[in-house]
Amino acid sequence: MNFSYSDEERMMLQMTRDFAERTVKPRAKEVDREHKYPAETVKQMGELGLLGVTVAPEYDGAGMSNICYAIAIEEISRHCASTGIIMSVNNSLACEPIKLFGTEAQKKKYLADMASGRKLGCLGLTESNAGSDAANVQTTAVLDGDEWVINGRKIFITNGGEADYCVLIASTDKAKGHRGISAFIVDLDNPGFSIGTLEDKLGIRGSSTAELVFEDCRIPKDNLLGEQGKGFKIALITLDGGRIGVAAQALGIARAAIEDATAYAKERVQFGKPIAELQAIQWMIADLSTEYEAARLLVHRAAWLKDNKLPYSKEAAMGKLMASEVAMKAATKGIQILGGYGYTTDYPLERYFRDAKITEIYEGTSEVMRLVIAHNILR
Amino acid sequence: MNIVACIKQTFDTEAKIAVSGGQVSDQGVNLILNPYDEYAVEEAIRLKEKNGGEVVVVSVGTDKTQEALRYCLAMGADRAVLVQDPALGKADSASVSVTLGKLLADMEYDVILCGNQAVDDGASAVPSRLAEKLDLPQANVITALEIGDGSATVRREVDGGSEILDVQLPALFSAQKGLNEVRYPSLPGIMKAKRKELKVVGLGDLGLSADDVAPKTEIVNVELPPARQAGKVLKGEVADVVAELVTLLKNEAKVI
Repeated sequence: MNFSYSDEERMMLQMTRDFAERTVKPRAKEVDREHKYPAETVKQMGELGLLGVTVAPEYDGAGMSNICYAIAIEEISRHCASTGIIMSVNNSLACEPIKLFGTEAQKKKYLADMASGRKLGCLGLTESNAGSDAANVQTTAVLDGDEWVINGRKIFITNGGEADYCVLIASTDKAKGHRGISAFIVDLDNPGFSIGTLEDKLGIRGSSTAELVFEDCRIPKDNLLGEQGKGFKIALITLDGGRIGVAAQALGIARAAIEDATAYAKERVQFGKPIAELQAIQWMIADLSTEYEAARLLVHRAAWLKDNKLPYSKEAAMGKLMASEVAMKAATKGIQILGGYGYTTDYPLERYFRDAKITEIYEGTSEVMRLVIAHNILR
Repeated sequence: MNIVACIKQTFDTEAKIAVSGGQVSDQGVNLILNPYDEYAVEEAIRLKEKNGGEVVVVSVGTDKTQEALRYCLAMGADRAVLVQDPALGKADSASVSVTLGKLLADMEYDVILCGNQAVDDGASAVPSRLAEKLDLPQANVITALEIGDGSATVRREVDGGSEILDVQLPALFSAQKGLNEVRYPSLPGIMKAKRKELKVVGLGDLGLSADDVAPKTEIVNVELPPARQAGKVLKGEVADVVAELVTLLKNEAKVI
């Protein structure tokens, strides 16, 4: 057992904390209010290696551990959850499947482009009738000579509005059900691709959530990712890793709420003393801090298991379940501690509250997390 | 072009300072690279990027100082040397200057960069002392540095303005805020830093004895500044209040 940071973890923590405070924080309110994609921040994150944290240096990544990755996502999300999820999706959902299943040529081009931040990635999985039931994918890919022809619509795709590349999950053989699903890499600079509806959301408003429309979208035969028919498995493995990213994002939101509410409680005077001296407030802060620390240990353990090539599906689900619920609770209680002020946009607590909710939903709802955990225990 | 950057590890500027037994306690305090030294290291890396060569960071410190040196390596410095010795436990500006002077005497350099002061003791003494030891021209508190042919043009802050100096190289410069904008170490930089050389040497390796580096100053006592008092509101007739205010400004605030 070792709970201390390594030198590189400490340095990365310091760097991401400084970067988040000086660069991400000042832009966060506008990013949220104006639905503003933080293009400049994303560019800077690319230069710092934050868009390909666990990708090997030969593919222009940083070659760091999943624990470092979780630390970095938390620090960025501490100040802006929108920026946190843009980073998480590029790392976990776009880079990771190509890192795990891509050919050398695919890695040299697509992985290196995304890990360096030259291009942005997304994952095209969810459809109107294939959410938690991911196997029910209706988008099709049909081989025609040297090209795959893709038809269908994907919805709720994070980064969909800005992405250059999409890891796409489509059916290549409907008769085979989930064994007939395959993964592809689509260069979105393609006449057969267009962006449909852009969602107007409760939170993470600086990250785009788009509908991706594929109409006779022709891509090279070589852009099949992994084996034909293995797409469902690729999607599930990708989502396992993604949960570490979302869980770390939730930790960042939870910490933001706890730190801001604690600072306020020390300043706010009622009944002649700071409200931090009232036990009602102390217990809220004590409970939230305890739950945050517990969730963080779960998430870091899942990351550690992944770093050590051990099964981590259950632990990632546990981490995501707990971290997202702690984030929601911390934001709720945080607003409570600030009272009326917490309900206004003068303080960022209301933004944490809106941002926290999505962490209980995307990349597997809390219900799906419990399903995954139970399945792992009971099988 | 070979550049040496001298750094010090200091308390985090946001650290809560506690004094016990006439000493500043370092319990639970986060240590960082002195912010003014960050400008020096950044400038050193920029000079290298422009002119080629090597950046060596040097420091006098303890085991913990390796972290600050590693940070410089992650920013892009090539190698680091740390002088560490029990005899340097109470090192002051004089001890550090003697030690660094001996270390640098055997190194090849065109430019030496320091921060103009450390945020802990704020003495601003090492840069000038070190330049004297090495018999080098020096320019302190610089906000711009341009390398020419065998010389450098620098701008330095002076009272009420700035002056431009041409300095023969090799020379020593101390950096002021505004010299540059310091980069963050990138993640690939952090990974590369792990494999870069960080050499630890003792006083014996430099041919120095404990007497050579004996401090020339002694800290007798350390006190926290008095807690801030609430403001004073003067009430009454204008003429009386003005008279009282002038008296207070003279005798209490001592500003006129």
